[in-house]
Amino acid sequence: MKKIKAGRQPNRSRAGDVGVAIVLMIFGAFFAFPLVYAINAAFKPLNELFIYPPKLFVRNPTTDNFSDLFLLLNKQGVITFTRYMFNSLFVTTVGTAGHILIASMAAYVLAKYRFPGSRTFFAAVTVALMFTGYVTQIPGYLIMAKLGWTNTYLSLIIPAFASPMGLFLMKQFMESSIPDVLIEAAKIDGAKETKIFWSIVMPLVKPAILTLMIFSIQALWNNAGTTYIYRDELKMLPFALQTVGAGGVARTGAASAATLFMMILPLTCFILAQSNIVETMASSGIKE
Amino acid sequence: MSYANWKAGKKRQAHFLWKDIKDHTTCYFFLAPYAVIFTLFFIAPVIVSICYSFTYFNVLQPPRFIGLTNYINLILADDIFLTAVKNTFLIAAITGPVGYIMAFIFAWLIHELPRSIRAIAVLVFYAPTISGQVYLIWSIIFSGDSYGYFNAYMVEFGIMDNPVLWLTDPRYMMIIVIVVQLWLSLGAGFLSFIAGLNTIPADQYEAGYVDGIRNRWQELWYITLPNMKSMLMFGAVMAISQSFNTADVSMNLCGFPSTDYAAHTVVTHLIDYGQQRFEMGYASAIATVLFAVMYLCNKFIQKALMRLGT
Repeated sequence: MKKIKAGRQPNRSRAGDVGVAIVLMIFGAFFAFPLVYAINAAFKPLNELFIYPPKLFVRNPTTDNFSDLFLLLNKQGVITFTRYMFNSLFVTTVGTAGHILIASMAAYVLAKYRFPGSRTFFAAVTVALMFTGYVTQIPGYLIMAKLGWTNTYLSLIIPAFASPMGLFLMKQFMESSIPDVLIEAAKIDGAKETKIFWSIVMPLVKPAILTLMIFSIQALWNNAGTTYIYRDELKMLPFALQTVGAGGVARTGAASAATLFMMILPLTCFILAQSNIVETMASSGIKE
Repeated sequence: MSYANWKAGKKRQAHFLWKDIKDHTTCYFFLAPYAVIFTLFFIAPVIVSICYSFTYFNVLQPPRFIGLTNYINLILADDIFLTAVKNTFLIAAITGPVGYIMAFIFAWLIHELPRSIRAIAVLVFYAPTISGQVYLIWSIIFSGDSYGYFNAYMVEFGIMDNPVLWLTDPRYMMIIVIVVQLWLSLGAGFLSFIAGLNTIPADQYEAGYVDGIRNRWQELWYITLPNMKSMLMFGAVMAISQSFNTADVSMNLCGFPSTDYAAHTVVTHLIDYGQQRFEMGYASAIATVLFAVMYLCNKFIQKALMRLGT
């Protein structure tokens, strides 16, 4: 079947398109504000950070804030900045990869099969999303301590594997975008369940995988790791940057550089993932 | 006789259940890694904290069973809790539905844009969520002195004579919390809508065009929305849990506790008891009540969404 060409669709009015653009631009300014602010603040020299009346845009951009930041980070103690960086990168990468795999496997069988306990289990997952995290910290800590996982990367990585939001998202997508006939056909052709999962199901839910990746990276990268970890060399990057920010008014510049620095990785992954989502779907189409 | 029959029936049922389980061995194999971790780190802590809610537990001594005392005190004797409930309901009733609908509308409008600029548009709207703690800049914008951006501009343009204490005056605090919470509401739900819109097969739209769908509104109602049902359910759960769990915004902008408890929410109340006064049993009771309310709310919305497009 012929695809609708990218660009104008036949049942769209020109006036509507202009309207959409205007609405998006007005609200866009409102939503983009923090990003614009954060980028500008990171490059402002100290006198511009405290100027009155306050100005949003930087006039004499400087990288002093960043050199201040790295100077402070390296002066802080025996543990170098690269160590924190490694901790965060390691936990984020392993946690995200494992989460995508484990949550997708579970989501696949929950979405496409009905077996004893499947509905109860899924209900438990959605319900777990609603229980507030503040009171589960103590039992959570006790469990970690029993396992002997305090002060290890495991305490951050393993729970991230089973984040309920990821399973919920994947299950919803697999349910709606994978036709049952496709799986049936693969089975008739003699494909094993693992093969179906890996080469049919996973490629079809690529937008969901990329979205899940964004959520997971965001959660892990911003995790300071101080709940279960109290040995300094195992703490995460946000912890190191928070200590810089806690240094008072004099460190306002370094703190705003830190804010932007923390955003670099999630932002890059976000843009890559989003452009990929748009791209993949332009080229694939599920035919029954 | 009847007992024997009943017993035989049970036995047959058990036999069928066992067969059903055995037929799905692969399914359990796929589910197992997730199920084990989830039970250990998500279900077990929730069950334990629900158990704590029936005890007096100050973290230092072992919990002592006190029955329903926490719940009775919470509902009958805690005036501040009632303020918190009132505020939370107001925040949830506004930011929940408005944020949810807004997330869908923006996702849909962005999907109307030419493909080349979509990724950037998504980034712009997702900016408040991706930039983590950046919402703290609202405390600079609404800062009470004339250094606050909002006050500064208002005074400069002569709209206001004097700076207003936006974050400490009980009259304005709730409005600010609601605005910031709305601004933060394009989160997980929004991104799942974006991804979902991209999975609707193009031939459905094409078929719709052939069948005489004339404008984008008809297309939205007859093709897009029915195809988005499962993402809309995901978004609804996320909206409920986000709006009922409002706490960080209130604490970081309006202080903790806020003036006259004007921006106090159920979760800030819970944090007050759990992390300041070390009354974990009482805090767990608050969490359990909040959870029950959210659960009912979710049931209701899922029912409503089932009827969509019919």
